[in-house]
Amino acid sequence: MESIEQIRDRLLAQFPRAQLAVVANPGPAAQHGLLLDHEHAAAIARFLRDDPALRLDQCSNVTGIDWPEKEIVETTKSTVPDPAGGPAKVVETKTKRLQPGCLEVVYHLYSVTHGHGPVILRLRTGNRTDAVAVPSLTPVWRACEFQEREVFDLFGVTFTGHPDLRRILMWDGFKDFPMRKDYVEPDDYEWEPTPHGAVLEKAKVHYPAPAPAAPAPTAVPPPPAG
Amino acid sequence: MSDAPTSAAPAITDAERAELRRHGILLTSLQELYTWGCSHSVWPLNFGLACCAIEMIAASMAKFDIARFGSEVFRPSPRQADLLIVSGTVTKKMAPQVIRLWNQMPEPKYCIAMGACAISGGPFKQGYNVLKGIDRFIPVDIYIPGCPPRPEALLHGLVQLQEKIKGFQIKGPDAPRHLQTADAGEYPVPEFGAHDLEPPHNPAVWTAPTIVRSEKG
Repeated sequence: MESIEQIRDRLLAQFPRAQLAVVANPGPAAQHGLLLDHEHAAAIARFLRDDPALRLDQCSNVTGIDWPEKEIVETTKSTVPDPAGGPAKVVETKTKRLQPGCLEVVYHLYSVTHGHGPVILRLRTGNRTDAVAVPSLTPVWRACEFQEREVFDLFGVTFTGHPDLRRILMWDGFKDFPMRKDYVEPDDYEWEPTPHGAVLEKAKVHYPAPAPAAPAPTAVPPPPAG
Repeated sequence: MSDAPTSAAPAITDAERAELRRHGILLTSLQELYTWGCSHSVWPLNFGLACCAIEMIAASMAKFDIARFGSEVFRPSPRQADLLIVSGTVTKKMAPQVIRLWNQMPEPKYCIAMGACAISGGPFKQGYNVLKGIDRFIPVDIYIPGCPPRPEALLHGLVQLQEKIKGFQIKGPDAPRHLQTADAGEYPVPEFGAHDLEPPHNPAVWTAPTIVRSEKG
């Protein structure tokens, strides 16, 4: 199969106005993705499906990624010459910048005809609050329908052009998006035998420790009724 | 039931009754007859939720043969069932349906929470979408731990339930739920809320355990 760069170059020859970028995967799998722009996404998907050399006829997986806003600290080193004539000093300056957050949808494509894959497509929303739409690829691969509904349900990405965009796992009146990083689950903490980390903080809120003067009581849960 | 003996003054001890039985004289009471009949014809609801249901199905098949204990008749309708085996993960989306099934079962009815998920949420306890134990909404008679419990464990739970039924008093304040006139027999079904089930548990059935945390913990 062609490399992702070769696919990108062929796509750019076919769609000269498309904005494509290769998103490198630094892991050992090295499955690099192709970031598409919204305008050409459906046409590019259709091209990848119908191109005789690629024939990516199966969309095996659609998933979402939440990229929250991230503060990035960049350290730049610069040499400042010493006015007294000594050796030049190296000064580190730290600049902070806020990388805006977005939601990402990832498609894994395979070719059943040629037995190759995966080719990974990525789509990104404008932000995480109001511009959360991406074009749906369900018209190209029917298998995307339920999986895009799942991404809509758990991440809150809306797919324009999806034939039946409803929640699929949670109920219709549910308001949250549980797979987002900033999701706060309902506080129905009950009991944990060996709490640690975040659960220990919850345990401290729900069951404050006794006064230090009191003798240490045994933390034994009552037996379940019945 | 007016001639049922009260629990205060047994007319005959168990040892005397067993001795008479050895000589071919069967003495019984209405209570004994009633609980004996109830305990040996516990018909489960044909209802499974997750992998525990596979073990429940195995228990009903020839190798483990739940028919030995009078429970082979898995009823497809809650109207004809005595026992709700909550066999598997109860998601928050499924919980109202489970409680609705429980409400539709006629008394006397019993509930077995089978497996870690039905007891407490199990491995999904920290998740957003799983009910942390069916006993938050309906009364549970027998808890069977395991993930999933083996069919033998389910059979053991069933025998424990039978022992429990045999110990029921049919009169007096210790009588089971369905013989108490004050009991409405209806358990409120939670609504789907914006963030969670509403209410998240039935306060008449379940309250959060109060645990005093030790300084070390």
